[in-house]
Amino acid sequence: MAEKLTIATTSLAGCFGCHMSFLDIDERILALAEVARFDRSPLTDIKHCRDRVDLGLVEGGVCNAENVHTLREFRRHCRILVAVGACAINGGLPTLRNPIALEECLQEAYRDGIGVENPQIPDDVELPLLLDKVHPIHEVVRVDYSLPGCPPSADVIWAFLSDLAAGGEPSLPRELIHYD
Amino acid sequence: MYDHLETAENPENLKRVVIDPVTRVEGHGKVTLLLDDDDHVRQARLHIVEFRGFERFIQGRPYWELPVLVQRLCGICPVSHHLAAAKAIDQVVGVDRLTPAAEKLRRLMHFGQFLQSHALHFFHLATPDLLLGFDSPAGRRNIFEVLKEYPDVGLEGVRMRKYGQEVIRVISGKRIHGSAAVPGGMNKALTCEERDFLRQDIDQVLGWCRNALALIRRIYLANREHHERFGLIHSNFMGLIRDDGAFEIYHGGLRAKDASGRTIFDKLDYRGYTGILREEVRSWSYMKFPYIEALGKENGWYRVGPLARINNCDFIPTPLAEEARQDFLAQGAGGPVHGSLAFHWARMIETLHCAESIRELLDDPELLGTDLVVHGERRPEGIGVIEAPRGTLFHHYQVDENDLVTRANLIVSTTQNNQAMNESIRQVAAEYLDGQTITEGLLNHIEVAIRAYDPCLSCATHALGRMPLVVELTNAGGRMLDRLHRRADGTVSR
Repeated sequence: MAEKLTIATTSLAGCFGCHMSFLDIDERILALAEVARFDRSPLTDIKHCRDRVDLGLVEGGVCNAENVHTLREFRRHCRILVAVGACAINGGLPTLRNPIALEECLQEAYRDGIGVENPQIPDDVELPLLLDKVHPIHEVVRVDYSLPGCPPSADVIWAFLSDLAAGGEPSLPRELIHYD
Repeated sequence: MYDHLETAENPENLKRVVIDPVTRVEGHGKVTLLLDDDDHVRQARLHIVEFRGFERFIQGRPYWELPVLVQRLCGICPVSHHLAAAKAIDQVVGVDRLTPAAEKLRRLMHFGQFLQSHALHFFHLATPDLLLGFDSPAGRRNIFEVLKEYPDVGLEGVRMRKYGQEVIRVISGKRIHGSAAVPGGMNKALTCEERDFLRQDIDQVLGWCRNALALIRRIYLANREHHERFGLIHSNFMGLIRDDGAFEIYHGGLRAKDASGRTIFDKLDYRGYTGILREEVRSWSYMKFPYIEALGKENGWYRVGPLARINNCDFIPTPLAEEARQDFLAQGAGGPVHGSLAFHWARMIETLHCAESIRELLDDPELLGTDLVVHGERRPEGIGVIEAPRGTLFHHYQVDENDLVTRANLIVSTTQNNQAMNESIRQVAAEYLDGQTITEGLLNHIEVAIRAYDPCLSCATHALGRMPLVVELTNAGGRMLDRLHRRADGTVSR
């Protein structure tokens, strides 16, 4: 049998909806397990990419220093890197904070919010530094493919993975391409 | 309790062990442990490391956008945010009661979401620990391995989740981030064909839910003493309840009970939540720590979610789930059940209730009604509360005369379990890790305790993050005039 395709996934500044859409392949997960093996992913307990990975699926944009770090780890380890969904491609809904000063957002949540006790901005060393804007991932690393949608449907993800697993150049039929 | 392990006295002299990222949970979190030279745990913390800032950036948006906008907080339970926001917006448009068809469609969608979310958590995320063992090799602890070792169990889980997602799709057009609720109602009636499509499989789904319940019961009781003790903490419980004391997830009053099962408050109108709850900020997490104000910060924290709901209600209004509830409560010997792993059991009782309720609703002729929207007189404020899969969810909006949001407050389910999750990992650290050589398997014990709560850290990151590391002041020509650097220890230099 041919070597299995290795896949890593991560969610940066996203909502996990793209990961859920991936699981919406439903029973096809069995067929996938025949041809693919999962490396680093929130669905496994592998916390960092082990060696080379064929395919990296990235959900979410980049909002803090840790996202940058994770994204670079993915680019280093993954032969093919895919921006999955609106947030990875364009920054998506979290970019609604971009026109607003970061400090104002923090003030609202942790100082001026309704029912806030002990108002202070969390600043422990264990918390990753926030970027002043949310960025799409292509501003940080080279991206090989983008799968549009919020989230891309399971059928889109399946068509893409099937083409890759078969060794071909992925192409999406027009009716599968949605941006909502 | 274990709160002495929240903050070590001399952290600088301790070894740091980190679990980063916490996996098989939804969203971004990490755990830090500080150990002394003899490997005694001195500090254990679950940190929520991301911040997004919804409360601020939805200010200035038109109120009717909210249900589709805020559901993007979370791709696992978008329906929760969609419906909580919709309930708040109903109030803004002056609607206190929906048409029967609209309310039943919302309920059906909500039951569908509970089913998919609970199945996802139990099968995809938790069974690797429960079936393969807390100490099994990290490379094996995942759904793919469960599907290989226990193909029937795994596949039923996949199909339960699929059915819940299909309920959502039929009503909202998409499985994730669809559109269904509008101010004062719903945007599309259910057709006979759609109803019949969902009817085809519901009996089979109900059977799978019974199997899942039997499975967790068997696992739990097979090693009862260990499962009761693991992550055991004692807490208050809070959640919505129907007027007659029945289990309820879409609309009701707030009830809280203390650790011994005595009522703290009952049937409170949730629109008065600001007089009941406060949220404490701590420097080391972006997730706040809510508590019942009357009990104070020290004693007022509580748990929400499946365990709280099953402990709190007087009965479940469907027969199979009610039978399961009584069987479950027998574990608590008259009082509430407190073991953290009992969350899994409670979750599967709820899943069964959802399947029973979906079947009932699909037989209800009012579900197909086409009168879907009610109008009322505009109000400046709306508060919507529901029980999300992970617990009570609060959405609160103020809207100006131009229909734009001026203020927003969200208290998500997982946030309310923040203190409990921290207390549980401290218990596990103290009881299982203290003085031991730390292994990967032992660290997974910490994650097992967190997973019991099914935290959705995506939801919990709705508030925004930390100050930038470097501030540069440049003149109009781009030449740097000044530069401030904030180091990791919080000191600032020029």
